[in-house]
Amino acid sequence: MGNDRWTRRQFVGTAGKTAGGVVLGLSLADFLAACGTSSPGTAGTGKLEIFSWWTGPGEKDGLAEMFKIYKNKYPSVTITNSAVAGGAGSTAKAVLATRMQGGRPPDSFQVHAGQELISSWVKANKMEAITSIWNSEGWDSKIPKDLKDIVSSNGEVWSVPVNVHRGNALWYNKKLLDSKGVTAPDTPEQMTSALSSLKAKGVAFPLALASKGGNWQVQMLLENNILAAGGADFYKNVMSGKASFTDAKVVQALSWMKQWLPYANTDNSSIDWDEADNRVIAGTAVFHIMGDWAKGDFTSKNWVPNTDFGVVPSPGTKGNYMIVCDTFGLPKGAPDRDNAIGWLKVCGSQEGQAAFNPKKGSIPARTDVSPSLFDVIAQSFIAEFKTDTLVPSSAHGSATPPAFASAVNDEMGQFIQNKDVTKTASNLQKASDEFLKTS
Amino acid sequence: MATATAQPVMVERLSRSRSTRLPPWEKLTPLLLIAPSVILIAVFVYGFIGATVRTSLVRWNSALPDYTFVGLHNYQRLFQLDRFQADLVNTLHFTAIFLAGCIILGLGAAVLLDQRLRGTLFFQNVYMYPLALSFVVTGTVWRWILNPNSGVNVILGNLHLDFLKSGWLTDPNTALNSLGIAAVWQMSGFCMAMFLAGLRGIPEELREAARVDGANEWQLFWRITFPLLRPITLSAVIILGHISLKIFDLVYVMTFGGPGYATDMPSLYMWIATFQQFLYARGAAIAIVLLLMVAILIVPYLVWNLRGETEQ
Repeated sequence: MGNDRWTRRQFVGTAGKTAGGVVLGLSLADFLAACGTSSPGTAGTGKLEIFSWWTGPGEKDGLAEMFKIYKNKYPSVTITNSAVAGGAGSTAKAVLATRMQGGRPPDSFQVHAGQELISSWVKANKMEAITSIWNSEGWDSKIPKDLKDIVSSNGEVWSVPVNVHRGNALWYNKKLLDSKGVTAPDTPEQMTSALSSLKAKGVAFPLALASKGGNWQVQMLLENNILAAGGADFYKNVMSGKASFTDAKVVQALSWMKQWLPYANTDNSSIDWDEADNRVIAGTAVFHIMGDWAKGDFTSKNWVPNTDFGVVPSPGTKGNYMIVCDTFGLPKGAPDRDNAIGWLKVCGSQEGQAAFNPKKGSIPARTDVSPSLFDVIAQSFIAEFKTDTLVPSSAHGSATPPAFASAVNDEMGQFIQNKDVTKTASNLQKASDEFLKTS
Repeated sequence: MATATAQPVMVERLSRSRSTRLPPWEKLTPLLLIAPSVILIAVFVYGFIGATVRTSLVRWNSALPDYTFVGLHNYQRLFQLDRFQADLVNTLHFTAIFLAGCIILGLGAAVLLDQRLRGTLFFQNVYMYPLALSFVVTGTVWRWILNPNSGVNVILGNLHLDFLKSGWLTDPNTALNSLGIAAVWQMSGFCMAMFLAGLRGIPEELREAARVDGANEWQLFWRITFPLLRPITLSAVIILGHISLKIFDLVYVMTFGGPGYATDMPSLYMWIATFQQFLYARGAAIAIVLLLMVAILIVPYLVWNLRGETEQ
C-alpha cells in the first residue's frame, strides 16, 4: 500500500487501461469463467505466475531477488511476473478481482494480511488453506503469533507474511527541528504544541499532509490517533464493530486531527505521500506521519537516517506496532499448484525474507533474520517488533474489509474540509454498521 | 451507446426499403450479412446490460457472488448516500459548464473562422488538435498546469496578478470548474468544427436577402444564422452531453474525485464501488442509473432524428 512509486508514466498507462476495462469488467467476469482453462503442472517444471503490485523502485528489486532464489531451487520453472502498476495496488486489486471472479487465478498473489484476504477471498471460498505448509516449514517458531492470527480464520492459515511495514511513524526533518529548538513529540498534546511553536517560528505548514489518490493517508492519521486515544484493545474492538465510533475515544482522536489540520498544507489533495516527503526534505514542512516506506523514499533521495531525518512512533502510540503486512496465498484452482507451493516456501524462508526486505525497506515477518542486513532505523524497528503489541492497520486492509476502509477514506476526505468531529464520528459509525457488523 | 442503438435502427430501414420482388436467395443475403453484427450487439451490448440490471437487483456485496434477489434495495441505499447525492449534483454542474463552455467558444471560433480571413486554416487546425489527445493526456497536462505551486499560479505571480491566484484543483469551491476548463479545452475544437460545417452549409442567398431587407449583421446572426444552426447545436449538445455524463478518465487523472466529494462523478464511484469496495451490486446500480441518464438525453434525439428522416 502506498509503497510503490506512482510515476506519471505509470499513471497515464494504467489509467488508460483501467478506463477501457471498466465497461467490460462488470459483466465480463461471468463470460471469462467459461473460458478459463487450467493444466496442473508437476513440481519443478512448467510455469509459475506471480501477481503483485510491486513495480516501484526497491520493491521491484526485492521481488527480483526472491525470483532469483526460486530459480536456484527450481531452475526449469519459467516465472511470469504479472505485476500491475498503480498506487496502493488499486488497479492490481481490480484486475485480480476480475480474474478471480472469472476462475482464472494466478498461481499466487500479493494480498495484505487480514480482512483484505479473509473477508474477500477466504470468505468467497477462493483460497486453499496452507496450514500444512505452515506447520511443515516450522513457521510457528519464527513468525510472531499475533501475525499468524491475522492471516488465520476458522483454525486454518491462509497466507504467508513476507514483510512488515510500520504504519504508526512520525518522520521529521532533524536539522530543522533542532534548529528551531523543538523536540519530537511523544503525545498528541505535545504534537499540537510542537506544531504551534514551529508555526510561531516561521514554518507556515509544519505538518506535511498528502491526500491524493483517495485519502488513505488521512485514514492513517485517524487510525494512529484512535490507537493513541484508546490503546490496542479498544482499537481492535472498534475496528471489528464491537465498539462504537461515537465513543469518546474516537471523538478524542478526531479532535486531535482537527487541532493539527490548520498546520497542514492546504494543497494536500494534489500531492501524494512522496511529495509530502519532499516538503519535509525541502524544509517547508517538519513532520510527516506515514508508513516506513517513507524511509526508503528519504534514503533514495540521499537523506541520512538519524542525521538528516529522525523518526518516533506517531504521537501516543509508543509500545504499539501498526502493521502493514504483505502476504502471498494459494488460490483454489491455481494452474501450477505445486510450483506455487514452492513459491510460498521461498516467501516464508529466512533466505527469501533476508533478500527481499532490505530492498523493500520493510522488516522481515520472521524474527530470525540478521538485523545487520538493515539500516539503523530498520534495526530499531526489528527490535521493537519483537516486544511491541502488534496492531493491524485498517487503512491498509488488515483490520477491516475493503468496503469499510474505502468508506472511511471518503469520510476523511469530508473531514479535512468540514472538520466536523461529531458528524464524522456518527458517519463512521454508520459505515461500521453497514460493513463491520455483517462480516 | 449512441452507435450501439443506432445500428439496429438502420438495419431495419435497410430491409424495409429493399424490393420484395427479388428472388429468395437475394432476400436472404442481406440477412446473412447483418446477422453477425446483430448477434454480437445482442450479446455484448444488450446481453451485458441485462446482466448488469440483474446484478443491481441482488445482494452481491462481496467478492463472493450472491444472487439473492433484493429488489430495488441497492438503488434506495445508493440515493441515500452522501457521496452519490454529491455525484449527481456534480454531474449536472459539470455538464452545464462543459456544454456552455464548448458551445460558446466553439460557436465564437467558428464564426470568426468563417470570415475567411488570412490564416483561418492554420487556426482551424490549432483549435482542432486537442481533440486528437485522450482525456488521460489532457488530464495529466492540466493537472500540472493547475498545480498550485508550480503551474499557472507561478506565471500569475510573476505577472504581479496575485489576486488571480487560486487553489484550482485543491480548493473544493474551484475544483469542479477547473476540471471544466480542461474538458472545454479539449472538446471546444470539436464543437467549432461542427459549427463551421454548419455555417458553411448556410446558403449565402438567405443572408443576401436579409441584407436587402435592411437587417444589420447582428440581426442577421440572431435571426438567420443562429436558427439555421439549431440542428447542429442540438447534435453538439447530445454528443458532448453524453461524454460529460460518463466522464471518468479526466476525473481519475486530475483529482480522483477530491477534495472531499468536490469533483466525484458517478462513473468514478462506480469503479471504486465495484473494484475497491467489492460492492458489485452497488456498482451495477450506478451503471444502470448512468445508462438511464444518458438514455434520457439520447432517446428523444434518436426519435426526433428518425422521424425527420422518414418524413423526407
